Amino acid sequence: MDMFLLEAAINGLLLAGVLALLTLGLNLIFGVIDVVWIAYADLVMCGMYVVYWLFAVFGWPLPLAFAASVVGVAVLGVLVHLLIIAPILGSAPINQLLATGGLLYFLQSFATLIFTTDFRNIGVRLPVLEIGGIYISYSRLLAFGVALAGATALYFFLKRTYIGTAIRAIAQDREIIGLMGVDQRRIYLVTSAIGGALAGLGACLLALQYDVHPFIGNTFGPLIFMICVLGGLGNMIGGFVAAFIISQIIAIGGYYFSTELSYVLAFILFILLMFVRPQGIVGR
Amino acid sequence: MLSLFDVSAGYGSFRALFGVSLEVAAGETVGVIGPNGAGKTTLMRVISGLVAASAGAISLDGRSIVGIPAHRTVARGIAHVPENRRLFPKLSVEDNLRIGAFIPAARRHFAEQLAWVYQLFPQLRERRSQPAGTLSGGEQQMCAIGRALMSRPRLLLMDEPSAGLAPLVVQEVFELIRRIRAEGLTVLIVEQNIQQVLGVVDRAYLLEVGAIRLSGTSTELKNNEFIRKAYMGL
Repeated sequence: MDMFLLEAAINGLLLAGVLALLTLGLNLIFGVIDVVWIAYADLVMCGMYVVYWLFAVFGWPLPLAFAASVVGVAVLGVLVHLLIIAPILGSAPINQLLATGGLLYFLQSFATLIFTTDFRNIGVRLPVLEIGGIYISYSRLLAFGVALAGATALYFFLKRTYIGTAIRAIAQDREIIGLMGVDQRRIYLVTSAIGGALAGLGACLLALQYDVHPFIGNTFGPLIFMICVLGGLGNMIGGFVAAFIISQIIAIGGYYFSTELSYVLAFILFILLMFVRPQGIVGR
Repeated sequence: MLSLFDVSAGYGSFRALFGVSLEVAAGETVGVIGPNGAGKTTLMRVISGLVAASAGAISLDGRSIVGIPAHRTVARGIAHVPENRRLFPKLSVEDNLRIGAFIPAARRHFAEQLAWVYQLFPQLRERRSQPAGTLSGGEQQMCAIGRALMSRPRLLLMDEPSAGLAPLVVQEVFELIRRIRAEGLTVLIVEQNIQQVLGVVDRAYLLEVGAIRLSGTSTELKNNEFIRKAYMGL
C-alpha cells in the first residue's frame, strides 16, 4: 500500500478526534436546550487565546494554561446561556440563531480589538514520530488521545450519573422532568458548562497545532456544523461517526488533489447526502 | 396529610377549578371521580405544582405547599404519576427508574428502592434494559408507578391510571393499585373509570365542572342514586 496514502488516512483519523469532540459539545447543547450556538467555534477561539495568553505571555505552565482554558470557556458557556439564551428561550428559533450569530461577531471583533489580527503561536513544537516511513506529529496524536478520553468521560457522565440521566431525559419530556425533582434551569446551566468545557478542551488541542487569530473560528466552524447536520443534529453518536467520515474525505482528498479541493468534495458529498438522508446518516 | 381548602386554578383566563376543598389522611386511599373535563387533571397538577393555584390553601402535613414549583414538591414527599404515563421513551426502563430517584434523599436509597420496585413489578426487572417506549401499555403503567415510587414518596398522586389501556390491562392496573395500597402508602387517584376505582379506594369525591359535588366512603358512593344513574348507567 502507498505509504503516503496511509499517512494521509492516519492524519485524517487524528484530525477527526478533535472535530468529534467539538461536534459532541454542539450536539449536546442542541439536543438538551434545543438551541444552536452559532458562535461555538468562536468560543474555541477564546479558549485558544486563554492558552496563548497564560502560557506564552504570562509564562504559566502549559497544563495549568490548558486547565484555565477548559474552566474559562465552561464559565463563558454558562454566561452565554444566562445572558443570551435564557432570556429568549421561549421565542422563535430564528431569534436564538440571530442572537448567538451576533455573539460570533461580538467575539471576533472583541478579539481583534484586544489581540489585533496577528497570527499567534504558543511556540510549542512537539516531536514527530516516525514509524516505518510514516510521519505522525505527537501534537496530533496527543490531540486524538485527549479528545477520545474527553468523549469517553462524557459518555460515562451521561450514562452513569443522575444529572447525566436527566440531561438525556429532558428533551424527551420537558414538563414531566420537573415531577422527578429536576430543575430544568439547572440542567441547562450544567449542559452549557459542559458544552463550554468541551470547546475549551478542543481549544487546547488546536492551540498545539495551529496559530490563533480572531477569525480562526471561521476555518473550522462551518466544518463542525456540517458534521453535526450530517450525523443528525442532536445525535451524538451520528456526529461522532460523521466527524470520522468527513476528516477522511478531507485527508485523502487532500492527498490525491489539494486541501482546498478536498473541502469542496466534502461539502458536495454533504449536499448530496442531505438530499438522500436529510435526517442524518445515523438514526431513524 | 394532604389538605386543600377552597382551591381555584386555571390556565390563562380559563378557570378549571372553583373552590375545591378536600382531605387525604395518612394511610388512606382516596379517589376523585368525575367526567372528562371536570378538572381532575388540573387538580393533580395544582397539588404537585405543575399548575399554580390562583386562590386557596394547599398544605401537606400542615405546611403550605402553595407556590412551590413541581421540582421542589418531590422533596416534600409527593410523587405524581402523570396522565398517559409520560415515560421517557428512549431511556431504558432502569434509567426511567433512576431518574425517579433524582432527589438527593432518594439517591441514598436507590439500591433498596429499586429492589422493592422490581419485587412489586417483576416484569420491569426482566425488561430493565429495554427502551421504555417499547413496553406494552400495562408495563408502561408499572414503569410510571415504579418511577414515582423511586422518590420514596409519602403521598402518591395517580392521574387516570387506566386511561388508554385495554380492558384486561385495566383490571391489571387496578390490581397494581391494590398492591401499592397494601404497602401502606397514601394514595390519591383521579379516575373516569368510576366503577373500578370505587373498588380500590376508601373514600371518594365527585368532581363536576371544577367543583366537588359529592363525597363519601366508596360504599356510600356505590349506592348513591345520582352516581348510579349518571355514571354507572344503572
